[in-house]
Amino acid sequence: MAKIRCALIGSGNIGTDLIYKLRRSDVLEPVWMVGIDPDSEGLKRAAGMGLKTTAEGVDGLLPHVLADNIQIAFDATSAYVHAENSRKLNALGVMMIDLTPAAIGPLCVPPVNLKQHTAKLEMNVNMISCAGQATIPIVHAVSRIQSVEYAEIVATLASKSVGPGTRANLDEFTYTTSDALVAVGGARRGKALAVINPAEPPMIMRNTVYCLTDDEPDEARIIASVREMIGEVQKYVPGYRLVNGPVFDGKRVAVFLEVAGLGDYLPTYAGNLDIMTAAATRTAEMFAEEILAGSLKLPTPQEA
Amino acid sequence: MSFPNLKGRKVLIHDMCLRDGMHAKREQISLDQMVKLASALDEAGVPMLQVTHGAGLGGNSIQHGFAPHTNEAYISAVAGVVKRATISVLLIPGLGTMRELDSAYNCGARSVHVATHCTEADTAQQHIAHGRKLGMDTSGFLMMSHLNSPEGLVAQGKLMESYGAQTIYVTDSAGYMLPDDVTARVSALRDALKPETEIGFHGHHNLGMGIANSIAAIAAGASRIDASVAGLGAGAGNTPLEVFVAVCERMGLETGCDLFGLMDMAEDIVVPMMDHMVRVTREALTLGFAGVYSTFLLHAKRAETRYGVPARDILVELGRKKMIGGQEDMIEDTALTMAKARGIKVSHAA
Repeated sequence: MAKIRCALIGSGNIGTDLIYKLRRSDVLEPVWMVGIDPDSEGLKRAAGMGLKTTAEGVDGLLPHVLADNIQIAFDATSAYVHAENSRKLNALGVMMIDLTPAAIGPLCVPPVNLKQHTAKLEMNVNMISCAGQATIPIVHAVSRIQSVEYAEIVATLASKSVGPGTRANLDEFTYTTSDALVAVGGARRGKALAVINPAEPPMIMRNTVYCLTDDEPDEARIIASVREMIGEVQKYVPGYRLVNGPVFDGKRVAVFLEVAGLGDYLPTYAGNLDIMTAAATRTAEMFAEEILAGSLKLPTPQEA
Repeated sequence: MSFPNLKGRKVLIHDMCLRDGMHAKREQISLDQMVKLASALDEAGVPMLQVTHGAGLGGNSIQHGFAPHTNEAYISAVAGVVKRATISVLLIPGLGTMRELDSAYNCGARSVHVATHCTEADTAQQHIAHGRKLGMDTSGFLMMSHLNSPEGLVAQGKLMESYGAQTIYVTDSAGYMLPDDVTARVSALRDALKPETEIGFHGHHNLGMGIANSIAAIAAGASRIDASVAGLGAGAGNTPLEVFVAVCERMGLETGCDLFGLMDMAEDIVVPMMDHMVRVTREALTLGFAGVYSTFLLHAKRAETRYGVPARDILVELGRKKMIGGQEDMIEDTALTMAKARGIKVSHAA
């Protein structure tokens, strides 16, 4: 079966893990890895896995986009350079999956709103953050039952799984995730908290979701909705698991989750890495299926 | 221990009543109480006082509890009454943000503790730089310092110094350290940091070592000490400020504070506002003994009430699982898991 050819921009933890995820896909093929440091581990590993590589940033990729028929790119660089990367690649007809906190395109959480984005032929969709991918489905699972006045999430990540980009830009992570609890989760207000824990052996990613409902929570319906949603996420992140809850305290609903990864690039504790790359892959696959079926045509490239 | 050469050394005292003390009051200090405490501290010559939610900027949350007022309201109210003291705030990246620091500055805060776990200094780069850009007195605050070696702490302190921090704090969040632990860490930092970079120590009194540890820190080269009148703070409280000032006077250390004024404040204002006596209770001692974050204390007691698992058992388990500051959600989660394992029926649980 034909596959849609993809470029990965950013050779850090996320970009490298994406190689493994894409190689497992029936409809996606990783072709290019773009970095900025010729000596980086990520570029060497990508080359070793058979990808074409450039250390000259996105500009090193642009001359090859048409010849190599690149149709989807994943950007795992930083919020600061994403807009420029996206503009250059969109101009060549390449659809962009944004894994930075830039969020210039619509926010995407696959089990909540992916279908809307494919229907609209969005050329840039944003994957929010690992914490957003892990918690927004649950906020949505509550808000689709009854209105949520406030949603708050706490994501705890193993220190070894958090790369330098996230560390240097924690505020962007906080803002993007908080906004998405509202925009995608359906709460009226949202707040995201992140904790980085250095324990050895590293702890598996944990997420706690709190929702304050406007009226007394309908416990039975919320429990059923949350369980159904967990099943949806497990379709692309098998290690997504309910540890405790939902527990109810007045109008507060609390759900305690754990996310184990597949152990592709980083060990299984780095569920934060997996839920981001798996969600991005799931998103790209949905677009790819539409492209392959002919129901979605990417715009004709303009010369950059 | 012998400290022969401390006479005449200056110590900058930083009060924690109005920030760490919020933890001991379940974040329920009124604006009137804040103003009264701040005025008394200012009058007694305490040069710096910290004002925010117990968890700092951005602290108002389900995770950390809601105070009756915003941080901005507290800071503005205190700024309106203090004449000499500098107002500081706490900012923990991942919880508080630079937008909130801007807002605190606009309300009158001029100093900030930018706090990270003792191994994660590189999450504070943008916040420390921002504090400096605002012209604030900016400290890097290495929480749970007992969980890093002196060499490891030096590496983290140097990172914070490179981002612009003017003071690096050894922070004994669990009240676990003994004077030798403090000496080792402060001396290592003193040797490695620039001479103009100050060193601070923030103690908790869970093993009754607040004063002794603070003196050890000064002897090893620290010049700033966090303390709290009547110890009002998380766990068994912070280093009791008035006791520390008395010890400094006896040793010839200069604090510039009025001892009798502080004694009166402790007895007449702070102790009467306590919801529980801040002292080394069974659970607070467990924190110090097991090396657990002091703020977990009241959360664990609430979980005990709700789920029937003793607070001490929960705290020991949190220590075993190496939970750190900010993971208050894991207290309820751990209590739920322990209740299940013990066959305790939890109402409302799915």
